[in-house]
Amino acid sequence: MNAPQAAIALDARPRVAGHFRLQWEEVQKAWVLLYPEGMVKLNGSAGEIMQRLDGEKTVQALIDELESSFETSGLTQDVLDFLAIAQRQGWVKP
Amino acid sequence: MNAASAATGIAPATQPGPPLWLLAELTYRCPLHCVFCYNPVDFARTSTELSTGDWLRVLREARAAGSVQCGFSGGEPMLRDDLEELVAEAHRLGFYTNLLTSGVGLTEARASALKQAGLDHIQLSFQDSTRELNDFLSHTKTFDLKRRTAGIIKSHGWPMVLNCVIHRLNIDYIEQIIELAVELGAEYLELANSQYYSWAEINRDGLLPSREQLERAERVTNDYREKLGDKIRIFFVVPDYYETRPKKCMNGWGNVFLTITPDGTALPCHTAKMLKGITFPNVRDMSVQDIWYASPGFNHFRGDSWMKDPCRNCPEKEKDLGGCRCQAFMLTGDAANADPVCDKSPFHPVVQDAVAYAQVPDARRTVVKPLVFRDPKVSRQLAEASSTPLGAHLSAPEKNSRSPPIL
Repeated sequence: MNAPQAAIALDARPRVAGHFRLQWEEVQKAWVLLYPEGMVKLNGSAGEIMQRLDGEKTVQALIDELESSFETSGLTQDVLDFLAIAQRQGWVKP
Repeated sequence: MNAASAATGIAPATQPGPPLWLLAELTYRCPLHCVFCYNPVDFARTSTELSTGDWLRVLREARAAGSVQCGFSGGEPMLRDDLEELVAEAHRLGFYTNLLTSGVGLTEARASALKQAGLDHIQLSFQDSTRELNDFLSHTKTFDLKRRTAGIIKSHGWPMVLNCVIHRLNIDYIEQIIELAVELGAEYLELANSQYYSWAEINRDGLLPSREQLERAERVTNDYREKLGDKIRIFFVVPDYYETRPKKCMNGWGNVFLTITPDGTALPCHTAKMLKGITFPNVRDMSVQDIWYASPGFNHFRGDSWMKDPCRNCPEKEKDLGGCRCQAFMLTGDAANADPVCDKSPFHPVVQDAVAYAQVPDARRTVVKPLVFRDPKVSRQLAEASSTPLGAHLSAPEKNSRSPPIL
Protein backbone atom coordinates (compact mmCIF):
# COMPACT_ATOMS: atom_id res chain seq x y z
CA MET A 1 0.00 0.00 0.00
CA ASN A 2 1.23 3.48 -0.78
CA ALA A 3 2.00 5.95 1.95
CA PRO A 4 -1.19 7.75 2.92
CA GLN A 5 -1.80 11.09 1.32
CA ALA A 6 -3.08 13.82 3.57
CA ALA A 7 -6.22 14.11 1.44
CA ILE A 8 -8.59 14.87 4.28
CA ALA A 9 -7.50 16.30 7.60
CA LEU A 10 -8.70 14.85 10.88
CA ASP A 11 -10.43 18.12 11.70
CA ALA A 12 -12.22 18.35 8.33
CA ARG A 13 -16.01 18.03 8.35
CA PRO A 14 -16.80 16.11 5.15
CA ARG A 15 -20.24 15.63 3.65
CA VAL A 16 -21.76 13.75 0.73
CA ALA A 17 -21.23 15.84 -2.41
CA GLY A 18 -24.07 17.85 -3.90
CA HIS A 19 -25.46 15.75 -6.71
CA PHE A 20 -25.01 12.42 -4.96
CA ARG A 21 -27.67 10.84 -2.82
CA LEU A 22 -26.87 8.22 -0.22
CA GLN A 23 -29.61 5.77 0.69
CA TRP A 24 -30.15 2.32 2.15
CA GLU A 25 -31.48 -0.21 -0.38
CA GLU A 26 -33.33 -2.99 1.38
CA VAL A 27 -33.45 -5.26 -1.71
CA GLN A 28 -29.66 -5.03 -2.10
CA LYS A 29 -29.02 -4.95 1.64
CA ALA A 30 -26.52 -2.17 1.04
CA TRP A 31 -25.96 1.57 1.14
CA VAL A 32 -25.84 3.00 -2.37
CA LEU A 33 -24.78 6.33 -3.83
CA LEU A 34 -27.08 7.58 -6.53
CA TYR A 35 -26.22 10.17 -9.13
CA PRO A 36 -27.51 11.05 -12.62
CA GLU A 37 -28.25 7.72 -14.34
CA GLY A 38 -25.83 5.82 -12.10
CA MET A 39 -25.33 3.99 -8.84
CA VAL A 40 -22.40 2.94 -6.68
CA LYS A 41 -23.08 0.05 -4.33
CA LEU A 42 -21.02 0.52 -1.19
CA ASN A 43 -19.54 -2.35 0.79
CA GLY A 44 -20.22 -2.65 4.49
CA SER A 45 -17.37 -0.49 5.77
CA ALA A 46 -17.86 2.21 3.15
CA GLY A 47 -21.55 2.31 4.03
CA GLU A 48 -20.77 2.70 7.74
CA ILE A 49 -18.46 5.63 6.99
CA MET A 50 -20.62 7.37 4.40
CA GLN A 51 -23.84 7.28 6.44
CA ARG A 52 -22.06 9.19 9.23
CA LEU A 53 -20.90 12.12 7.06
CA ASP A 54 -23.06 15.13 7.81
CA GLY A 55 -20.81 18.13 7.22
CA GLU A 56 -20.67 18.83 10.96
CA LYS A 57 -18.85 15.88 12.42
CA THR A 58 -15.04 15.93 12.14
CA VAL A 59 -13.16 13.00 10.68
CA GLN A 60 -11.66 12.36 14.13
CA ALA A 61 -15.12 12.25 15.71
CA LEU A 62 -16.26 9.87 12.98
CA ILE A 63 -13.33 7.55 13.69
CA ASP A 64 -14.02 7.65 17.43
CA GLU A 65 -17.66 6.85 16.80
CA LEU A 66 -16.85 3.90 14.53
CA GLU A 67 -14.28 2.48 16.93
CA SER A 68 -16.74 2.76 19.77
CA SER A 69 -19.67 1.26 17.80
CA PHE A 70 -17.65 -1.71 16.61
CA GLU A 71 -15.63 -2.06 19.81
CA THR A 72 -12.33 -1.89 18.02
CA SER A 73 -9.40 0.45 17.51
CA GLY A 74 -6.87 1.40 14.85
CA LEU A 75 -9.44 2.37 12.17
CA THR A 76 -7.84 5.76 11.44
CA GLN A 77 -5.86 4.69 8.41
CA ASP A 78 -8.71 2.70 6.86
CA VAL A 79 -11.07 5.64 7.22
CA LEU A 80 -8.58 8.13 5.79
CA ASP A 81 -7.82 5.83 2.87
CA PHE A 82 -11.48 5.42 2.06
CA LEU A 83 -12.19 9.14 2.34
CA ALA A 84 -9.28 9.83 -0.02
CA ILE A 85 -10.83 7.52 -2.60
CA ALA A 86 -14.29 8.94 -2.01
CA GLN A 87 -12.98 12.45 -2.47
CA ARG A 88 -11.17 11.51 -5.66
CA GLN A 89 -14.37 9.96 -7.00
CA GLY A 90 -16.23 13.16 -6.18
CA TRP A 91 -18.59 11.45 -3.69
CA VAL A 92 -17.41 13.48 -0.75
CA LYS A 93 -16.60 17.14 -0.19
CA PRO A 94 -14.15 17.92 2.63
CA MET B 1 -38.17 -23.42 -10.55
CA ASN B 2 -41.11 -21.21 -11.39
CA ALA B 3 -43.82 -22.26 -13.77
CA ALA B 4 -43.00 -19.79 -16.51
CA SER B 5 -39.39 -20.77 -16.96
CA ALA B 6 -40.22 -24.45 -16.52
CA ALA B 7 -42.70 -24.14 -19.36
CA THR B 8 -40.06 -22.90 -21.78
CA GLY B 9 -37.26 -25.08 -20.47
CA ILE B 10 -35.16 -21.96 -20.25
CA ALA B 11 -33.87 -21.13 -16.82
CA PRO B 12 -31.28 -18.57 -15.91
CA ALA B 13 -27.99 -20.05 -14.80
CA THR B 14 -28.18 -18.02 -11.64
CA GLN B 15 -30.91 -15.87 -10.17
CA PRO B 16 -30.46 -12.40 -11.65
CA GLY B 17 -30.16 -9.35 -9.42
CA PRO B 18 -32.94 -6.76 -9.24
CA PRO B 19 -33.98 -4.58 -12.20
CA LEU B 20 -31.94 -1.64 -10.94
CA TRP B 21 -32.71 0.57 -13.92
CA LEU B 22 -36.29 1.29 -14.90
CA LEU B 23 -36.77 3.17 -18.15
CA ALA B 24 -40.32 4.46 -18.47
CA GLU B 25 -40.96 5.31 -22.11
CA LEU B 26 -44.09 7.33 -21.52
CA THR B 27 -44.97 8.04 -25.13
CA TYR B 28 -43.74 7.64 -28.69
CA ARG B 29 -45.13 11.05 -29.56
CA CYS B 30 -42.35 13.52 -30.27
CA PRO B 31 -42.09 16.95 -31.85
CA LEU B 32 -38.70 16.05 -33.34
CA HIS B 33 -37.95 13.85 -36.32
CA CYS B 34 -34.43 12.64 -35.61
CA VAL B 35 -32.83 10.44 -38.23
CA PHE B 36 -31.06 8.35 -35.56
CA CYS B 37 -34.01 7.76 -33.22
CA TYR B 38 -33.92 4.37 -31.52
CA ASN B 39 -37.70 4.13 -31.17
CA PRO B 40 -39.07 1.26 -33.24
CA VAL B 41 -39.48 2.06 -36.91
CA ASP B 42 -43.13 0.98 -36.63
CA PHE B 43 -43.77 3.10 -33.50
CA ALA B 44 -46.88 4.62 -35.09
CA ARG B 45 -48.65 1.25 -34.66
CA THR B 46 -48.77 1.92 -30.94
CA SER B 47 -52.06 3.60 -30.29
CA THR B 48 -52.90 3.12 -26.64
CA GLU B 49 -50.56 4.53 -24.04
CA LEU B 50 -50.61 3.34 -20.45
CA SER B 51 -52.82 5.41 -18.19
CA THR B 52 -51.58 7.42 -15.23
CA GLY B 53 -52.89 4.71 -12.93
CA ASP B 54 -51.00 2.01 -14.83
CA TRP B 55 -47.75 3.94 -14.58
CA LEU B 56 -48.19 4.61 -10.87
CA ARG B 57 -48.62 0.88 -10.32
CA VAL B 58 -45.56 0.10 -12.48
CA LEU B 59 -43.49 2.53 -10.42
CA ARG B 60 -44.59 0.95 -7.14
CA GLU B 61 -44.02 -2.60 -8.37
CA ALA B 62 -40.62 -1.82 -9.83
CA ARG B 63 -39.46 -0.05 -6.68
CA ALA B 64 -40.58 -3.01 -4.58
CA ALA B 65 -38.59 -5.28 -6.90
CA GLY B 66 -35.47 -3.18 -6.23
CA SER B 67 -35.41 -0.63 -9.06
CA VAL B 68 -33.56 2.45 -7.95
CA GLN B 69 -32.87 4.55 -11.04
CA CYS B 70 -35.94 5.70 -12.94
CA GLY B 71 -35.70 7.38 -16.32
CA PHE B 72 -38.71 9.13 -17.84
CA SER B 73 -38.23 9.04 -21.55
CA GLY B 74 -40.06 8.68 -24.84
CA GLY B 75 -40.62 10.02 -27.50
CA GLU B 76 -40.86 13.30 -25.67
CA PRO B 77 -41.98 12.68 -22.08
CA MET B 78 -42.97 16.34 -21.64
CA LEU B 79 -45.96 15.57 -23.88
CA ARG B 80 -47.52 13.60 -21.01
CA ASP B 81 -49.35 16.08 -18.81
CA ASP B 82 -49.20 13.62 -15.90
CA LEU B 83 -45.40 13.71 -15.88
CA GLU B 84 -45.27 15.77 -12.68
CA GLU B 85 -47.58 13.30 -10.93
CA LEU B 86 -45.44 10.34 -11.99
CA VAL B 87 -42.21 12.05 -10.95
CA ALA B 88 -43.71 12.90 -7.56
CA GLU B 89 -44.68 9.28 -6.94
CA ALA B 90 -41.28 8.00 -8.12
CA HIS B 91 -39.59 10.46 -5.78
CA ARG B 92 -41.81 9.48 -2.86
CA LEU B 93 -40.92 5.83 -3.48
CA GLY B 94 -37.19 6.57 -3.23
CA PHE B 95 -36.20 6.42 -6.89
CA TYR B 96 -33.45 8.63 -8.25
CA THR B 97 -35.50 10.32 -10.95
CA ASN B 98 -34.11 11.27 -14.37
CA LEU B 99 -35.89 13.10 -17.14
CA LEU B 100 -34.62 12.50 -20.68
CA THR B 101 -35.95 15.27 -22.83
CA SER B 102 -35.44 17.20 -26.02
CA GLY B 103 -36.38 20.27 -23.98
CA VAL B 104 -39.47 20.97 -26.03
CA GLY B 105 -42.28 21.75 -23.60
CA LEU B 106 -40.04 22.29 -20.59
CA THR B 107 -41.31 25.73 -19.69
CA GLU B 108 -40.37 27.58 -16.53
CA ALA B 109 -43.75 26.69 -15.04
CA ARG B 110 -43.36 22.97 -15.68
CA ALA B 111 -39.74 23.03 -14.52
CA SER B 112 -40.86 24.52 -11.22
CA ALA B 113 -43.55 21.87 -10.86
CA LEU B 114 -41.04 19.11 -11.63
CA LYS B 115 -38.61 20.54 -9.10
CA GLN B 116 -41.34 20.53 -6.51
CA ALA B 117 -42.22 16.96 -7.46
CA GLY B 118 -38.66 15.97 -6.58
CA LEU B 119 -37.07 15.46 -9.98
CA ASP B 120 -33.37 14.76 -9.42
CA HIS B 121 -31.84 15.26 -12.84
CA ILE B 122 -32.44 16.26 -16.43
CA GLN B 123 -30.66 14.97 -19.48
CA LEU B 124 -31.09 17.36 -22.36
CA SER B 125 -30.47 16.13 -25.86
CA PHE B 126 -28.79 18.35 -28.40
CA GLN B 127 -28.48 17.36 -31.99
CA ASP B 128 -25.57 19.65 -32.70
CA SER B 129 -24.12 22.97 -31.66
CA THR B 130 -24.57 24.88 -34.86
CA ARG B 131 -28.02 26.17 -35.40
CA GLU B 132 -28.42 25.18 -39.02
CA LEU B 133 -27.21 21.64 -38.57
CA ASN B 134 -29.23 21.21 -35.40
CA ASP B 135 -32.39 22.28 -37.10
CA PHE B 136 -31.65 20.12 -40.07
CA LEU B 137 -30.89 17.04 -38.02
CA SER B 138 -33.85 17.33 -35.72
CA HIS B 139 -35.92 18.70 -38.57
CA THR B 140 -37.47 21.41 -36.52
CA LYS B 141 -36.65 24.80 -35.10
CA THR B 142 -35.60 23.85 -31.66
CA PHE B 143 -32.10 25.10 -31.17
CA ASP B 144 -32.86 28.42 -29.47
CA LEU B 145 -35.38 26.67 -27.32
CA LYS B 146 -32.80 24.18 -26.13
CA ARG B 147 -30.48 26.97 -25.18
CA ARG B 148 -33.26 28.53 -23.12
CA THR B 149 -34.13 25.16 -21.63
CA ALA B 150 -30.54 24.63 -20.54
CA GLY B 151 -30.79 27.96 -18.71
CA ILE B 152 -33.97 26.85 -16.94
CA ILE B 153 -32.34 23.56 -15.90
CA LYS B 154 -29.34 25.33 -14.43
CA SER B 155 -31.41 27.97 -12.66
CA HIS B 156 -33.24 25.23 -10.76
CA GLY B 157 -29.96 23.75 -9.61
CA TRP B 158 -30.30 20.43 -11.40
CA PRO B 159 -27.17 18.63 -12.51
CA MET B 160 -27.26 18.61 -16.27
CA VAL B 161 -26.20 15.96 -18.69
CA LEU B 162 -26.03 17.14 -22.25
CA ASN B 163 -26.41 14.32 -24.68
CA CYS B 164 -25.41 14.75 -28.26
CA VAL B 165 -25.75 11.90 -30.72
CA ILE B 166 -22.68 11.94 -32.93
CA HIS B 167 -22.53 10.80 -36.52
CA ARG B 168 -21.06 11.47 -39.92
CA LEU B 169 -22.83 14.81 -40.35
CA ASN B 170 -21.91 16.46 -37.05
CA ILE B 171 -18.76 14.68 -35.89
CA ASP B 172 -16.53 17.31 -37.49
CA TYR B 173 -18.10 19.95 -35.22
CA ILE B 174 -17.05 18.25 -31.99
CA GLU B 175 -15.17 21.36 -30.75
CA GLN B 176 -18.29 23.50 -31.04
CA ILE B 177 -20.37 20.89 -29.26
CA ILE B 178 -17.93 20.70 -26.33
CA GLU B 179 -17.59 24.49 -26.16
CA LEU B 180 -21.35 24.83 -26.04
CA ALA B 181 -21.65 22.26 -23.24
CA VAL B 182 -19.11 24.23 -21.21
CA GLU B 183 -20.88 27.50 -21.92
CA LEU B 184 -24.21 26.06 -20.77
CA GLY B 185 -22.68 24.75 -17.55
CA ALA B 186 -23.28 21.04 -18.13
CA GLU B 187 -21.78 18.71 -15.51
CA TYR B 188 -21.64 15.82 -17.96
CA LEU B 189 -21.45 15.65 -21.72
CA GLU B 190 -22.24 12.45 -23.54
CA LEU B 191 -20.87 12.36 -27.05
CA ALA B 192 -22.64 9.21 -28.04
CA ASN B 193 -21.96 7.95 -31.50
CA SER B 194 -25.13 6.72 -33.08
CA GLN B 195 -25.67 2.99 -32.67
CA TYR B 196 -27.29 1.42 -35.68
CA TYR B 197 -30.76 0.38 -34.61
CA SER B 198 -34.22 1.39 -35.77
CA TRP B 199 -34.15 4.74 -37.66
CA ALA B 200 -30.37 4.96 -37.44
CA GLU B 201 -30.16 1.53 -39.04
CA ILE B 202 -32.22 2.72 -42.01
CA ASN B 203 -29.96 5.76 -42.30
CA ARG B 204 -26.71 3.96 -41.56
CA ASP B 205 -24.90 4.76 -44.78
CA GLY B 206 -25.54 8.45 -44.25
CA LEU B 207 -24.61 8.41 -40.56
CA LEU B 208 -21.62 6.13 -40.02
CA PRO B 209 -18.50 8.33 -39.81
CA SER B 210 -15.22 7.53 -41.51
CA ARG B 211 -12.29 6.24 -39.47
CA GLU B 212 -10.50 9.53 -40.03
CA GLN B 213 -13.47 11.50 -38.70
CA LEU B 214 -13.71 9.25 -35.68
CA GLU B 215 -10.03 9.40 -34.81
CA ARG B 216 -10.00 13.16 -35.08
CA ALA B 217 -13.06 13.47 -32.85
CA GLU B 218 -11.50 11.25 -30.19
CA ARG B 219 -8.28 13.24 -30.31
CA VAL B 220 -10.13 16.54 -29.93
CA THR B 221 -12.19 15.11 -27.07
CA ASN B 222 -9.07 13.96 -25.23
CA ASP B 223 -7.46 17.37 -25.67
CA TYR B 224 -10.53 19.00 -24.13
CA ARG B 225 -10.58 16.50 -21.27
CA GLU B 226 -7.04 17.48 -20.43
CA LYS B 227 -7.78 21.17 -20.75
CA LEU B 228 -11.05 21.17 -18.81
CA GLY B 229 -10.12 18.71 -16.06
CA ASP B 230 -12.87 18.20 -13.47
CA LYS B 231 -15.01 21.02 -14.80
CA ILE B 232 -17.04 18.71 -16.99
CA ARG B 233 -16.98 14.97 -17.47
CA ILE B 234 -17.00 14.00 -21.12
CA PHE B 235 -18.06 10.53 -22.23
CA PHE B 236 -17.27 9.46 -25.75
CA VAL B 237 -19.06 6.41 -27.07
CA VAL B 238 -17.58 4.95 -30.25
CA PRO B 239 -19.76 3.32 -32.88
CA ASP B 240 -19.34 -0.39 -32.23
CA TYR B 241 -18.95 -1.07 -35.97
CA TYR B 242 -15.33 0.05 -35.52
CA GLU B 243 -14.65 -2.54 -32.82
CA THR B 244 -13.55 -6.14 -33.23
CA ARG B 245 -15.23 -7.34 -30.05
CA PRO B 246 -18.87 -6.63 -29.28
CA LYS B 247 -20.20 -4.58 -26.40
CA LYS B 248 -21.63 -6.31 -23.34
CA CYS B 249 -25.02 -5.06 -24.36
CA MET B 250 -27.17 -3.65 -21.53
CA ASN B 251 -24.59 -5.21 -19.19
CA GLY B 252 -26.36 -8.50 -19.85
CA TRP B 253 -29.84 -9.46 -20.98
CA GLY B 254 -32.32 -9.05 -18.12
CA ASN B 255 -29.48 -8.22 -15.77
CA VAL B 256 -30.06 -4.64 -14.59
CA PHE B 257 -32.19 -2.93 -17.20
CA LEU B 258 -35.96 -2.89 -17.63
CA THR B 259 -37.74 -0.83 -20.28
CA ILE B 260 -41.48 -0.31 -20.27
CA THR B 261 -42.73 0.92 -23.64
CA PRO B 262 -45.66 3.34 -24.01
CA ASP B 263 -48.17 0.49 -24.46
CA GLY B 264 -46.87 -1.38 -21.41
CA THR B 265 -44.66 -3.96 -23.10
CA ALA B 266 -41.72 -4.85 -20.86
CA LEU B 267 -38.36 -5.25 -22.61
CA PRO B 268 -34.80 -6.05 -21.51
CA CYS B 269 -33.52 -3.27 -23.78
CA HIS B 270 -34.88 -0.36 -25.81
CA THR B 271 -35.06 -2.25 -29.08
CA ALA B 272 -35.71 -5.90 -28.17
CA LYS B 273 -39.26 -5.80 -29.50
CA MET B 274 -37.79 -6.31 -32.99
CA LEU B 275 -36.75 -9.86 -32.07
CA LYS B 276 -39.10 -12.25 -33.81
CA GLY B 277 -40.23 -15.34 -31.96
CA ILE B 278 -39.86 -13.94 -28.46
CA THR B 279 -42.97 -12.91 -26.59
CA PHE B 280 -42.49 -10.04 -24.20
CA PRO B 281 -44.85 -9.56 -21.29
CA ASN B 282 -47.04 -6.53 -20.69
CA VAL B 283 -47.43 -4.72 -17.38
CA ARG B 284 -51.19 -4.78 -17.91
CA ASP B 285 -51.13 -8.57 -17.51
CA MET B 286 -48.25 -9.30 -15.17
CA SER B 287 -46.47 -7.79 -12.18
CA VAL B 288 -42.99 -6.32 -12.59
CA GLN B 289 -41.65 -8.96 -10.19
CA ASP B 290 -43.01 -11.80 -12.36
CA ILE B 291 -41.96 -10.08 -15.57
CA TRP B 292 -38.39 -9.80 -14.34
CA TYR B 293 -37.92 -13.18 -12.72
CA ALA B 294 -40.46 -15.49 -14.33
CA SER B 295 -41.34 -14.43 -17.87
CA PRO B 296 -39.97 -16.48 -20.78
CA GLY B 297 -39.06 -13.27 -22.63
CA PHE B 298 -36.74 -12.06 -19.88
CA ASN B 299 -35.23 -15.49 -19.28
CA HIS B 300 -34.65 -16.13 -22.98
CA PHE B 301 -31.05 -14.93 -23.22
CA ARG B 302 -30.01 -15.15 -19.59
CA GLY B 303 -27.09 -17.42 -18.79
CA ASP B 304 -25.19 -18.86 -21.77
CA SER B 305 -27.02 -22.06 -22.70
CA TRP B 306 -28.56 -20.29 -25.72
CA MET B 307 -25.16 -19.54 -27.27
CA LYS B 308 -23.98 -20.98 -30.58
CA ASP B 309 -20.52 -21.13 -32.05
CA PRO B 310 -18.28 -19.17 -31.99
CA CYS B 311 -19.60 -17.83 -28.65
CA ARG B 312 -20.30 -21.19 -27.02
CA ASN B 313 -16.64 -22.16 -26.72
CA CYS B 314 -15.16 -18.67 -26.68
CA PRO B 315 -12.88 -17.84 -23.74
CA GLU B 316 -14.27 -14.28 -23.80
CA LYS B 317 -17.93 -15.25 -23.62
CA GLU B 318 -18.36 -14.05 -20.02
CA LYS B 319 -16.80 -10.73 -20.92
CA ASP B 320 -19.24 -9.65 -23.62
CA LEU B 321 -21.95 -12.34 -23.48
CA GLY B 322 -21.83 -12.55 -27.26
CA GLY B 323 -22.70 -8.87 -27.73
CA CYS B 324 -26.06 -7.47 -28.73
CA ARG B 325 -28.98 -9.80 -29.51
CA CYS B 326 -30.72 -7.14 -31.59
CA GLN B 327 -27.64 -6.48 -33.69
CA ALA B 328 -27.18 -10.22 -34.23
CA PHE B 329 -30.80 -10.44 -35.33
CA MET B 330 -30.64 -7.41 -37.64
CA LEU B 331 -27.42 -8.40 -39.35
CA THR B 332 -27.64 -12.21 -39.39
CA GLY B 333 -31.34 -12.99 -39.06
CA ASP B 334 -30.76 -15.03 -35.88
CA ALA B 335 -30.65 -13.34 -32.48
CA ALA B 336 -28.71 -16.27 -30.97
CA ASN B 337 -25.76 -15.74 -33.28
CA ALA B 338 -22.66 -13.86 -32.20
CA ASP B 339 -22.97 -10.11 -32.65
CA PRO B 340 -21.24 -9.66 -36.03
CA VAL B 341 -19.18 -6.79 -34.64
CA CYS B 342 -17.01 -9.65 -33.33
CA ASP B 343 -14.33 -10.60 -35.84
CA LYS B 344 -14.81 -14.23 -34.86
CA SER B 345 -18.33 -14.10 -36.30
CA PRO B 346 -18.71 -15.56 -39.80
CA PHE B 347 -20.99 -12.57 -40.48
CA HIS B 348 -18.32 -10.00 -39.54
CA PRO B 349 -17.90 -9.04 -43.24
CA VAL B 350 -21.36 -7.40 -43.06
CA VAL B 351 -19.92 -4.93 -40.56
CA GLN B 352 -16.67 -4.61 -42.50
CA ASP B 353 -18.65 -3.75 -45.63
CA ALA B 354 -20.48 -0.96 -43.83
CA VAL B 355 -17.20 0.36 -42.43
CA ALA B 356 -15.55 0.19 -45.85
CA TYR B 357 -18.42 2.16 -47.35
CA ALA B 358 -18.08 4.76 -44.58
CA GLN B 359 -14.60 5.54 -45.92
CA VAL B 360 -16.05 6.61 -49.27
CA PRO B 361 -16.41 10.40 -49.27
CA ASP B 362 -19.95 11.59 -49.88
CA ALA B 363 -18.89 13.28 -53.13
CA ARG B 364 -17.67 9.97 -54.52
CA ARG B 365 -20.74 7.95 -53.65
CA THR B 366 -22.66 6.83 -56.70
CA VAL B 367 -25.99 6.43 -54.97
CA VAL B 368 -26.86 8.78 -52.15
CA LYS B 369 -30.02 7.76 -50.38
CA PRO B 370 -31.90 10.61 -48.75
CA LEU B 371 -32.08 10.45 -44.96
CA VAL B 372 -35.33 9.06 -43.62
CA PHE B 373 -36.74 11.27 -40.87
CA ARG B 374 -38.62 9.74 -37.95
CA ASP B 375 -42.21 10.56 -38.67
CA PRO B 376 -45.56 8.88 -37.91
CA LYS B 377 -46.57 8.75 -41.57
CA VAL B 378 -43.28 7.19 -42.67
CA SER B 379 -43.52 4.86 -39.70
CA ARG B 380 -46.93 3.59 -40.82
CA GLN B 381 -45.64 3.06 -44.37
CA LEU B 382 -42.63 1.12 -43.11
CA ALA B 383 -44.81 -0.90 -40.73
CA GLU B 384 -47.13 -1.93 -43.58
CA ALA B 385 -44.19 -3.08 -45.65
CA SER B 386 -42.76 -5.10 -42.79
CA SER B 387 -44.54 -8.36 -43.43
CA THR B 388 -41.25 -9.64 -44.83
CA PRO B 389 -39.45 -11.93 -42.37
CA LEU B 390 -36.78 -9.48 -41.29
CA GLY B 391 -38.84 -6.34 -41.23
CA ALA B 392 -39.10 -3.41 -43.57
CA HIS B 393 -35.88 -1.77 -42.55
CA LEU B 394 -33.97 -4.78 -43.79
CA SER B 395 -35.89 -5.32 -46.98
CA ALA B 396 -33.70 -2.91 -48.91
CA PRO B 397 -31.21 -5.30 -50.52
CA GLU B 398 -28.12 -3.22 -49.74
CA LYS B 399 -28.71 -3.64 -46.01
CA ASN B 400 -28.22 -7.37 -46.19
CA SER B 401 -25.73 -7.42 -48.99
CA ARG B 402 -22.41 -9.00 -48.22
CA SER B 403 -20.92 -7.90 -51.51
CA PRO B 404 -18.26 -5.22 -51.24
CA PRO B 405 -19.43 -1.65 -51.75
CA ILE B 406 -18.74 0.11 -54.99
CA LEU B 407 -15.80 2.41 -54.46
